[in-house]
Amino acid sequence: MDLGLDVTERDGWAVLSVTGEVDVYTAPKFRERLIELVSDGKYRIVVDLEGVDFLDSTGLGVLVGGLKRLRSHDGDLMLVCTQSRILKVFEITGLTKVFSIHDSVDLAVSNGTS
Amino acid sequence: MPGEAVELEIPARAEFVALARLAVSAMAAADGELADERVDDLKLAVSEACTNAIEAHGAVATDEPVVVRCWVDDYGLEVRITDRGAGFDPSELPNHPPVTDPARLKFERGLGIPLIRALVDLVEFSSSGKGTEVRLVMRHADHGSSGPR
Repeated sequence: MDLGLDVTERDGWAVLSVTGEVDVYTAPKFRERLIELVSDGKYRIVVDLEGVDFLDSTGLGVLVGGLKRLRSHDGDLMLVCTQSRILKVFEITGLTKVFSIHDSVDLAVSNGTS
Repeated sequence: MPGEAVELEIPARAEFVALARLAVSAMAAADGELADERVDDLKLAVSEACTNAIEAHGAVATDEPVVVRCWVDDYGLEVRITDRGAGFDPSELPNHPPVTDPARLKFERGLGIPLIRALVDLVEFSSSGKGTEVRLVMRHADHGSSGPR
């Protein structure tokens, strides 16, 4: 099972596009990639979850950890997600109130920049 | 209809949680009675329970496998995940601060069991010092919460 983690740039934001399944096996790679970005001075990150087929609480933990890390640098983390089965995980855990979740990378970036 | 069952012993390692999810998907597909959304919910609950089981085995450094049993009958689909960890008391899990509290961000873990409770029709934890069994039930549409289970 492969986890795709591709990084692109958009208007000063690093866009991390995640594809595949995020669980206890793949979450460490996801966490490392986020930490690497922050270490490289990328403090404004969009995590695009549109290509994610599965995400459980270990994936949520990575995102919560990422947000905390970025906030400590006065940065921010935005999510892109429109898939109901993934959004549901955020809704049940109440994390829709913690994360800024958008329908597209464009919307996330314009919302975060304005 | 007699029940159909699958029993899977998975090594207690992170890379095998996906296999447990796959087995449950296959069972649900063979059954054909649960809506896709409910199969996704069950897979997520199984993933959370298997993750906890594997971590429980890691904590006591045992080589025993985690056992995943899955069966279908007239009423629905049931999965039992059994580990040989040190056990836990589900009633003593800490409560997270409210999501609006900045302290909420200190909690990167502990979301698994609340998720399981929200996702399946029935969950039971039986735990002792010798291990934990998590029972997850998803009922067929014509056997709602008033069903005999």
